[in-house]
Amino acid sequence: MSSLHIDRHEKRWITISMVLLAAFAVLIGVAGFALGVQVPTLEQKVDPAKLDQDPKWSNPGVREIVPGKKYEVYIIAQTWQFTPREIVVPAGAKVTFYVTSRDIQHGFKVLNTDLNVQVIPGYVGKLSYTFDQPGEYKFICTEYCGLGHAAMFGMIKVVPPEEFGQ
Amino acid sequence: MQNEYTLTRAEKRFIGWHILVAVSALAIGSFFGPMQAFNYAGWNFYPKLRELHIAQSYYQGLTLHGVLNAVVWTTFFITGFLTFNMIYGLKRPLKYPKLNAFGFWMMVVGLVLAAIYILANKASVLYTFYPPMQAPWPFYLGLVLLVVGSWIEGYGFYFTLHQWKKDNPGVRTPFIAFASVATMVLWQLATLGVAIETLFMLLPWSMGLVKGIDIQLARTFFWWFGHPLVYFWLLPAYISWYAYLPRQAGGKLYSETMARLAFWLFILLSVPVGFHHQFVDPGVAPGWKYIHALLTLSVVIPSLMTLFTVVASLEYAGRKRGGKGLMGWLAALPWNDPVVAAQLLGGILFIFGGFGGIVNASYNTNLILHNTAWVPGHFHLTVSTAVTLTFMGISFWLVPYLTGRELCCRKAALWMVYLWFIGMAIFSQAMHSLGLLGAPRRTPLGEAPYIPAEWSGLLLRVGIGGIILFIAVYMYIWIMVHTAFFAKKATKEVEVQVAEAMTDVQLVPEWLDAWKPWLVGAVALLVVAYTPVLIDLISGMVPVVAPGMKLW
Repeated sequence: MSSLHIDRHEKRWITISMVLLAAFAVLIGVAGFALGVQVPTLEQKVDPAKLDQDPKWSNPGVREIVPGKKYEVYIIAQTWQFTPREIVVPAGAKVTFYVTSRDIQHGFKVLNTDLNVQVIPGYVGKLSYTFDQPGEYKFICTEYCGLGHAAMFGMIKVVPPEEFGQ
Repeated sequence: MQNEYTLTRAEKRFIGWHILVAVSALAIGSFFGPMQAFNYAGWNFYPKLRELHIAQSYYQGLTLHGVLNAVVWTTFFITGFLTFNMIYGLKRPLKYPKLNAFGFWMMVVGLVLAAIYILANKASVLYTFYPPMQAPWPFYLGLVLLVVGSWIEGYGFYFTLHQWKKDNPGVRTPFIAFASVATMVLWQLATLGVAIETLFMLLPWSMGLVKGIDIQLARTFFWWFGHPLVYFWLLPAYISWYAYLPRQAGGKLYSETMARLAFWLFILLSVPVGFHHQFVDPGVAPGWKYIHALLTLSVVIPSLMTLFTVVASLEYAGRKRGGKGLMGWLAALPWNDPVVAAQLLGGILFIFGGFGGIVNASYNTNLILHNTAWVPGHFHLTVSTAVTLTFMGISFWLVPYLTGRELCCRKAALWMVYLWFIGMAIFSQAMHSLGLLGAPRRTPLGEAPYIPAEWSGLLLRVGIGGIILFIAVYMYIWIMVHTAFFAKKATKEVEVQVAEAMTDVQLVPEWLDAWKPWLVGAVALLVVAYTPVLIDLISGMVPVVAPGMKLW
């Protein structure tokens, strides 16, 4: 086997590249698995034709788990709307979203946050976020789903904790 | 200087057919790209196009643009260019020219079949054709024929290389032929995924033979193909940057050893990376997504090796041309030669495409940009600039070589590549910014009710980029048509400028010319990276029945 000749400068270049990429890999790993900047996970599988018969899904919307602290939000995407279209949650609470589709693929992205999930019929995606600031956050469909796709959006109203439920 | 080998008229014609189909697809598909950009800017031509029966909707236009530009222009140009590299590189005809011709015409039949349904607005499913949106089954059959036809052309390359190796024991395979076969190998590993999706899921389901299919599983097979597809676009451009550009710029290839090593690393690493398109898919476990993120980041290494070798080769060329000092060599390069300028400008924007690619691949940073305008912003720097401008640069010498005519309108060709560069820089920068603000991709933003007023400046810049690109692309088409059919007959054959390496090619280690270990490694890595997730998905499938409605 003849040996591999690599230019001195190129060796240095490759070493720097590898160190840099290793650093990136560690940083995103730590952010993801230790600090909670995590990608969506699978909550359950569900037959999209039978969503209405599933007790979890027959009445989508906001559920209070611990008042002021923990909330769950169930959202169904279908052509070309989200159910519910408007959601109210208090600021400072941990909100866990469960999102699925009744028909074809959609997307669910909340503007100005890192909430983003591919909405796949048959699968329920789970993702969490804490809205620190009161305000209005639009969520939009980010996957092509037919002619009405561009009009498919909804609104999360984040209210100060003392106003929530009034 | 005389060419060391000349292709026969039949061979030239055969390659010419590939380029003709590619450029025709570009001519049609590129009409719709700017139409989308104009829609963003608020100049919506789609109602008019509908009235004129040109396109029924934004999405039919988008499907045409995606399929014709990203799939047809690339695949046909690549198979044509690689065929040239095989014959010219090995200095012998293809072993079975009829086999390659059969593969080519199968691709054409597949293309025509799929195109009929897209043009009839029956398959406006975009170029990812995600189920359970459903096109009629002949559309999927067309895609299968297109892919299998390209495989057959690849088999033709393998037979030819095998015979050459038998006749030339111990001799290193000439780089352009080696790299062309490597590109085809990568393509065949990649397209296995989409072949499984289409043959075992989409076709039987669209024919009504099975009731439902699992959507997450279909996506997983698609993205097994979808990302290495981009390396299939890129590697032929790398062939040109490594093997042609240094000589076209007046120099030599700095390190043939590293060039070959880069290609092997691409074969090894570029397929098991698909989950980085599925970071926000619910059905794939985070651990596996992270592993694919790491594998994707490792593909950056051969890309950075390529950057080093290509820049070193260009520096050598620039200094030989009299360039002095730290950056003088760069200014001394022939920026007024359309063949060279196209590739240099493509390479410059590709650096930014690479930076963006690292962001895309970085697991949780992908949360910000998945399915936003950032993504088309990114791949318009890569496939639509680095790859496409390089292919245009190649066509400026290859088409005259094939047709025996002179490159028509050299000045226009030069203007065209600079316009493309400027248009794409404006367009792509605005798209990246829109994506960071949350603008979705694949959406007629000009009609979306949720667009904040602050985005209007960026949307306008997308439209301005579109105008410049519209002009540039039809200048290119015009130049191609004239060069192919009407330009002045050349007095002598175009000189094929394959760069010499700085060191003797025989000094390249033998293991860099041996296929088996690398192929075994690539398949093993693919199996490890996909098997557990596929077993998990297949054992828990949720069959989804097609909604049975035409949604476009």
